[in-house]
Amino acid sequence: MAQTTTAAKKVKFMITRQDQPDSAPYTEEFELSYRPGMNVISALMEIQRNPVNHDGKQTTPVCWESNCLEEVCGACSMVINGKPRQACAALIDKLEQPIRIEPMKTFPVVRDLVIDRSRMFNALKRVKAWIPIDGTYDLGPGPRMPEKKRQWAYELSKCMTCGVCLEACPNVNEKTNFIGPAAISQVRLFNSHPTGEMNKEERLEALMEDGGIEGCGNSQNCVRSCPKGIPLTTSIAEMNKQTTKHMFKRWLSV
Amino acid sequence: MKGFYSRKLHSLLGVIPLGFFILEHMITNFSAVEGGPQGFKDSVAFLNGLPLVLILEIFGIFLPLMYHAIYGLYIAFQAKPNNGRFNNERNLRYLLQRVTGVIVLVFVIWHLYETRVQVALGHVSHEDLGHVMHDIVTNPLFFIFYVIGVLSASFHFANGLWSFLVSWGVTVGPRAQRVSSNICMGLFVIVSIMFVWSLFAFRNAEFQASGEALLQTLRTFIG
Repeated sequence: MAQTTTAAKKVKFMITRQDQPDSAPYTEEFELSYRPGMNVISALMEIQRNPVNHDGKQTTPVCWESNCLEEVCGACSMVINGKPRQACAALIDKLEQPIRIEPMKTFPVVRDLVIDRSRMFNALKRVKAWIPIDGTYDLGPGPRMPEKKRQWAYELSKCMTCGVCLEACPNVNEKTNFIGPAAISQVRLFNSHPTGEMNKEERLEALMEDGGIEGCGNSQNCVRSCPKGIPLTTSIAEMNKQTTKHMFKRWLSV
Repeated sequence: MKGFYSRKLHSLLGVIPLGFFILEHMITNFSAVEGGPQGFKDSVAFLNGLPLVLILEIFGIFLPLMYHAIYGLYIAFQAKPNNGRFNNERNLRYLLQRVTGVIVLVFVIWHLYETRVQVALGHVSHEDLGHVMHDIVTNPLFFIFYVIGVLSASFHFANGLWSFLVSWGVTVGPRAQRVSSNICMGLFVIVSIMFVWSLFAFRNAEFQASGEALLQTLRTFIG
């Protein structure tokens, strides 16, 4: 009995598509049969199996990216009903219909919902978001990290470079070269690590370069949209404090 | 590297000296409420009696204001507001900070032209400023323009103080930022009330110029 009632239910999608990186975007509508527990990724898979649009016409399957399907890899970030988030964690039952799906246009669109997030990885390289441990001989164990510090630093390490905070930020756009909240928070993470701390000046100076931390405009959308609940604005303010201190230290030590 | 320092300077100048100046201006204006025309005249006379007043005006107000305004315009037009998609208080304040900044710039240029520039040109003396203000704010259109101007300035100052505390790393955690936000918004209310109250005081008939001839000369360039 329950089976027949659910089978009749339909789910409508309005997907913003784009064939080429430089071609004009267009909207295509799709209607799928409802299945309990379905999410945006399973709906996109359904369209891939049977690429027929709302008008009953055969079309090309919608392209998207996804890996883990459990909101830890960040690959399937897209704008769903106006909010940037992971498609794998977007349950159809909890979404208003028709479900509008767009790519995160802050990034270059490759095709349909596939975007190029290279700028985020370049940002991590810029701020040296790693801990240098290589040497010509065994450097031995590093200093211990206090458990209390590890607990909050762990929260920062949850960042999956998904790009949602950049999409939510009004200061990350084609007019600026603002690095975005994610990389700033990673500087805080690596500067709090007992071994990473040994190179903290390099990372702070990277944040003080053009397009660095000064690009923040305090809209605080990042912290509200982060799917991992990372305290991004606390990280930004803490980095504001550390870069300010570093600025004075540098002036006074010359 | 340059961007970091110029943005930091913009933030600093907004509080020191411009933040102090707006509070000083508020207190001077409020003397019109408390002391009437004579009180206002005395406050203006006190300010102009400060040593090296022209130097203070140039380096303490005019140059910082120019820098803050020009760099501020650059910041404002780099923004791509998304308040439709992210409808929350902080994001609204982000937008308002930029919008009020532009309004205040227009207002300050106009207000300077009507007062300080006229004094510099010798059309008006410091003692006449009360009459000048009376003539401006008794015009309903200019009164509304001035109310919008002072409200924008008060908001831009109070909210700017909040973001100054964030961008200099004074308020780091969410609780600190919430408390400072409440204090700054309280400051916005107080500063707004005092400015608007002063504007109402200037509408009072006692601020009218004594000589009809003087009024006529004023009218010619106030419009």
